[in-house]
Amino acid sequence: MTAPSSELDSHLAVDRGPDTLLTEVVSKSPMRLAVARFRKDKLSMVSLVVVVLFFLLAISAPILVAADLIDPLKNDTDLLDEYGLPLGSFGGISGDHWLGVEPGGGRDALARLWYGTTFSLSIAIAATIIAMFIGVVAGIVSGAAGGWVDAIIGRAIDLTLAFPQTLMLLALSAVGLAFVEEILGVPRGNPAAAVYVVGVLGLFGWTAVARIVRGQVLSLREREFVQASQMIGASRFRIYFREILPNLWAPILVTFTLMMPAFVSAEAALSFLGVGISAPTPTLGNILTDALRYADSAFLYFFFPALLIAIIVVSFNLLGDGLRDALDPKGHR
Amino acid sequence: MWAYAARRVIIGLLLLLTLSFVTFVLFFAAPVDQAKYACGKICNEDQIAVTEKALGYDKPVHEQWGGFIKGIAVGRDFPVDPELRAAAPDIVTHCAAPCFGYSHNNAKTVNELVAAAAPTSMSLAMVAVVMWLAGGVTLGILAAVTKGTILDRGIVGLTLIAYAFPTFFIGVFFLKYVVIKWEVLPYPKYVTIEDAGVMAWFTNLLLPGFTLALVFLASYVRMTRAFVLESMGEDYIRTATAKGLAARKVLFKHGLRAALTPLVTMTGLDFATLLGGAIITESVFAYPGLGLLTVQSSNAWDLPTIIGVVVLAGGFVVVANIVVDIAYAFIDPRVRLG
Repeated sequence: MTAPSSELDSHLAVDRGPDTLLTEVVSKSPMRLAVARFRKDKLSMVSLVVVVLFFLLAISAPILVAADLIDPLKNDTDLLDEYGLPLGSFGGISGDHWLGVEPGGGRDALARLWYGTTFSLSIAIAATIIAMFIGVVAGIVSGAAGGWVDAIIGRAIDLTLAFPQTLMLLALSAVGLAFVEEILGVPRGNPAAAVYVVGVLGLFGWTAVARIVRGQVLSLREREFVQASQMIGASRFRIYFREILPNLWAPILVTFTLMMPAFVSAEAALSFLGVGISAPTPTLGNILTDALRYADSAFLYFFFPALLIAIIVVSFNLLGDGLRDALDPKGHR
Repeated sequence: MWAYAARRVIIGLLLLLTLSFVTFVLFFAAPVDQAKYACGKICNEDQIAVTEKALGYDKPVHEQWGGFIKGIAVGRDFPVDPELRAAAPDIVTHCAAPCFGYSHNNAKTVNELVAAAAPTSMSLAMVAVVMWLAGGVTLGILAAVTKGTILDRGIVGLTLIAYAFPTFFIGVFFLKYVVIKWEVLPYPKYVTIEDAGVMAWFTNLLLPGFTLALVFLASYVRMTRAFVLESMGEDYIRTATAKGLAARKVLFKHGLRAALTPLVTMTGLDFATLLGGAIITESVFAYPGLGLLTVQSSNAWDLPTIIGVVVLAGGFVVVANIVVDIAYAFIDPRVRLG
């Protein structure tokens, strides 16, 4: 106990005699230390609460729509004036419409934003899962196998990064949609658009994960447990995905949390460029794109979707930073 | 050193060959009638057939790709089909090397389209890079030296929030409110330096440049902050402080130098990406750069232009990667290239 870390200090302060002290310190697993570090960081705790809240919002929206408590699709032109703008002040905010109504259609803004959050987060999660899956498999194989396999995956990463991504997502949309509709047999329209957006975001987004995982695997593969399982004749598949993979949950969790908000933004950007799910089905991206037309006449309707996207991006990023700091106490950044 | 550079250049060229081939395969693999798109909605069967021949879409993908590569290496003539060229010699367009293709929709070579659009993208990228680099490094250093205070948290937090709002929201907000409603700045519209002078060129780029810079500002603040904090923890910094050097000199002469090296790398790569066009910003401000050219050619299904711009933008990234890696060895004496 020459150099107690700060976590141990708090225990040393409680005087319980030498024996209990020693057992207390030894029994603290790295996991519990990480949780303790995370809980001490107020900003991370707040962002965790916000993130959980967003997930609850996203899950509850379809239930509320099914129960007919919110209706994101019902037009009501009685709420609009002759120019199609909401009647009443602040974009038609009232007891019935807490965030006002949509200009042009008279749909409830809260219901659309709420339901839109569900679609935006679903797209982001699906794309993140695809990118993580490709990235983790490529990273583990690349790092553990080494040699020419590593070289090929490295070149594949370079190639993917050399593609101008926004340009490709936009330019490929006609081809990609045709592929999704005719070869995968997804119904035309929004289902196909959703599959396309999720697919291309995932297919272009895996490189960062692969690099991070590869770096971690390079040090893991020299550890005794890997050598031990090699010696008892475990298959490559088993070593990669049963022995090495479970040790990677921390960087995977952090990358997942940091990648999701990027895909929420990407969905919005693609909506702006005319690619992706289109109205009446709401996403935060297509609500905001629609609201651009009313940017000067209905400020709140223009501002709310952007604000929601910003809150999602900030809270997920802060949560990811907090998780990284808590899980990797040696990391400086 | 030279062997390393040569190897990198060869790998880079192979990468670009693969990139162009993958792009061709991606666009031709789908069940879409390319010629029908290129010709337009009102074309009849015969016109589509002629378009197909003129653009070479009737040939297999690898032959079309071969033609594209040949065009880049030695130039080529359009229309692609020799019979069509012989039938109407007066409409033949020669496209000198490096030829990126011929846009049927615009009746121009892709080189001409790119040459017209590239200065806009380059101007925008230059103004943006100066803004985010100056702002990011200054704020990052400020945050690092005031670590843990309200100022530090404020800088990091506010730049993160600015990054979190979608770029097109910020751009439209600037246009509708700062420009039109509050009339703080004139409506930005791209002017060349030759036409209007440096001053007008710059003031017109202020808003779009700032909008674009906000995307990068947060990460540069965080990187600068992290690198400065990291290098200020090194032993040689303690030595410099111990020998009685002024705090400012320690920071700027010793600390910052090591911190700036990775920033140079990042800046090079981000700048190269932007040279290929800032699609969102250019669309919002209607700046006729490579990004807007891409959006237009994508909407019009102008395949030669799309492929040309993809290969060009990919080329910028590949070249920047090589340049940055080699430059790294010059900036940082610890790096030895093998």
